[in-house]
Amino acid sequence: MAKAELKTKHKTEIEDSSSLKGTLASVFLLGFFIIITWVSVYYLFVERF
Amino acid sequence: MVNSAVSKIKVDPRDAKLSMAHFYVAFIALALGGLMGLLQTLVRSGKYELPGGIGYYQILTVHGVMMGLVLTTFFIMGFQYAAVSRTAGTHSNAARRTGWIGFWTMTAGTAMAATMVLLNKASVLYTFYAPLQAHWIFYLGLTLVVVGSWIDGAAQIMTYAKWRKNNPGKPSPLLSFMAVINTVLWIVATLGVAATVLFQLLPWSLGLVDTVDVLVSRTLFWYFGHPLVYFWLLPAYMCWYTIIPKIIGGKIFSDSLARLSFILFLLFSIPVGFHHQLTEPGIDPAWKFFQVVLTFMVVIPSLMTAFSLFATFERYGRSKGATGLFGWFKVLPWGDARFTVPFIGMASFIPAGAGGIINASNQMDQVVHNTIWITGHFHLTAATSVVLTFFGISYWLIPHLTGRKLTKAMNKLGIIQGWVWFIGMVFMSGAMHFEGLLGGPRRSAFSTYGGAKQAAEWIPYQIAQAVGGSILFLGIILVLIIFINLAFFAPKGEEEFPVGEAENPQESAPMVFENWKLWLGITAALILFAYTIPFIDIIQNAPPGSKGFKTW
Amino acid sequence: MHMHKFEKIWLIFGVGCLIFFLTTVGVSAFYLGNKPPSCLTTVNPEKVDQTKPFDKPGLHKVEGKDWDYELVYVAQAFSYNPAQVKVPLGAKVRVIATTKDVVHGFEVAGTNINMMLEPGYVSEYTTTFDKAGEYLIVCNEYCGAGHHLMSSKIEVVE
Ligand code: HEM
Ligand SMILES: [Cu+2]
Ligand SMILES: [Cu+2]
Repeated sequence: MAKAELKTKHKTEIEDSSSLKGTLASVFLLGFFIIITWVSVYYLFVERF
Repeated sequence: MVNSAVSKIKVDPRDAKLSMAHFYVAFIALALGGLMGLLQTLVRSGKYELPGGIGYYQILTVHGVMMGLVLTTFFIMGFQYAAVSRTAGTHSNAARRTGWIGFWTMTAGTAMAATMVLLNKASVLYTFYAPLQAHWIFYLGLTLVVVGSWIDGAAQIMTYAKWRKNNPGKPSPLLSFMAVINTVLWIVATLGVAATVLFQLLPWSLGLVDTVDVLVSRTLFWYFGHPLVYFWLLPAYMCWYTIIPKIIGGKIFSDSLARLSFILFLLFSIPVGFHHQLTEPGIDPAWKFFQVVLTFMVVIPSLMTAFSLFATFERYGRSKGATGLFGWFKVLPWGDARFTVPFIGMASFIPAGAGGIINASNQMDQVVHNTIWITGHFHLTAATSVVLTFFGISYWLIPHLTGRKLTKAMNKLGIIQGWVWFIGMVFMSGAMHFEGLLGGPRRSAFSTYGGAKQAAEWIPYQIAQAVGGSILFLGIILVLIIFINLAFFAPKGEEEFPVGEAENPQESAPMVFENWKLWLGITAALILFAYTIPFIDIIQNAPPGSKGFKTW
Repeated sequence: MHMHKFEKIWLIFGVGCLIFFLTTVGVSAFYLGNKPPSCLTTVNPEKVDQTKPFDKPGLHKVEGKDWDYELVYVAQAFSYNPAQVKVPLGAKVRVIATTKDVVHGFEVAGTNINMMLEPGYVSEYTTTFDKAGEYLIVCNEYCGAGHHLMSSKIEVVE
């Protein structure tokens, strides 16, 4: 546990102020949301006659 | 390119006056349309009936025309006119006169169409599908709105052209460039609706010809109908790309990529109208699918936009010392209505866009076509993403133009307004989406359909929509209070017209973006490619035409 | 013009998703026959009642076709003919419909049967009614004052 904490701390220290990893994570969350909704409605289409 | 001295630049008072004229009309339309919206949700709940024998479809026509056509067109023209004046310089007297002529032409057209709707001579909804036949004055009014908007848009183009002439070899100011793209998009798109109204509906309603070709008319309408929604969306994108960064104190992520995405919108938002006609007879399924593919292309610039916006926010947050994956999110200026209100709009574009991809997915349209899901969808896109951004723009632009200040109290009220709208829309649009998946139809007054079991399942959702509609109407009242305050009563002062700077100002945009011959050429080629053959097919295989019907 | 590496990753992923969606619906439409209703047949809208098959609305058993039944509807403001019909469970049915006046919708709620009816055009959709129950047909395109009263019923029975 302590070790893990140390690790994350270390990470934030070297965090580059121009990093865009939050952006990358955000757009991928958005992408997954799109996929989930699309697949749900596609499922409805396949399920219905 | 845009240095800090420029940020003090004010829109010339003479230009401000014309912009404000647009905004008066837009906000009157919002008030009227908002009241109708509330009544619609109440009627649809089954607990309320309209007084005095007023028909549901008459008020629905008022709502659609006021919100979809008047509010949007007037707000956008007023905003873009000011944005061009702010970034490309004060309009010349000739350009301003052109703008006024356009404004009055649009206003006269609006008055004509509105009169006919109020006399119940045009309860044909804002899409006026033939062979429902409205009074000819309604069609003439619409023609004037469109022609007026061309003249109005010409003012922006004139000032942009003057800037280009005075600054040879330099990329134009980003905001002006975007405004002109949207105006050009609008002009190319409205050619379709102008064609059907002028050559088909007007002569037909005047009795000069007996019949109308319904599918030709619908195809021309939807050639216009899809770019119409991008015409609404692009001003919101202008705010997100160029104004929001300045408001939060950050930078535009990339000037060039912003231009590229606008060019892509121009190219791909027009040759896609068939995605509104996917379940229609008379159109070859291969051509439908082809336009579906082009529709998906227009998703790409929105994917780029999403990245740019997140990147602007993250860069800004990190410059304020935020850490971690999402730490930047917390340090955004949530107390500033000019940011928060459009931000709610941006966030709403996530479910809105996801829904749009579903609607456009060829045969999947059969699940949702003309169900109330669609209404839920465009109340996220237009009635949330777009209008909340417009409200957010108003909160600084109106005082900027009237020489007043957005006070702390009004700022607070603005933020409350944004969240009220959001909550109302979660109820209304959310319930519409679910009811639509169960098959509940759109554009329909309350009905039990003879006690059908399926229809009974829809009613609870309609009650939820009435709850949402009531909350939204409260939101409308708040906007109107703020608008009236900022236009007439707020303390005198200076409110900034924020325009962002690019992160890398030295990396100037490639001049190819300003090559209108190229982009208009590709636009025309794509349109011709997507429409020529199916359109010839439609005309050659046309059934006997339809005479007019007045079924309301 | 410079593009950040993450943006490239995102665009590749996003465009990949779009291609996946398009391929899925494209294959389903053009290889599995799930094209959206796009019938190209025309009819004189003023002579619908005299034109086959609309002279006999209702359910008809057919022989030698890819489907077992034809279910024929004539729409006009504000009703469908027939107003009610029973379809045997598991029947493969071609739904054939048109309108005598304005544009109407034809949506069998809770199914994929959802098509526009336009004057002068025949709309068709073929499907297998494989779930029993009562289905409401609603008009989902505005057609006038009685639009919300325009409906019909299908019972899918064993
Ligand atoms: C108080 C806020 C609002 C409420 C309660 C509301 C409610 C509604 C409802 C219930 C419908 C569907 C009626 C039906 O299909 O039978 C509708 C349709 C519509 N709304 Fe709104 N709305 C609001 C704001 C807006 C705004 C701000 C816009 C535009 C920017 C807008 C644009 C439209 C359009 C274009 C239609 C379609 C009309 C048609 O199908 O002919 N609405 N609205
Ligand atoms: Cu569209
Ligand atoms: Cu109808």
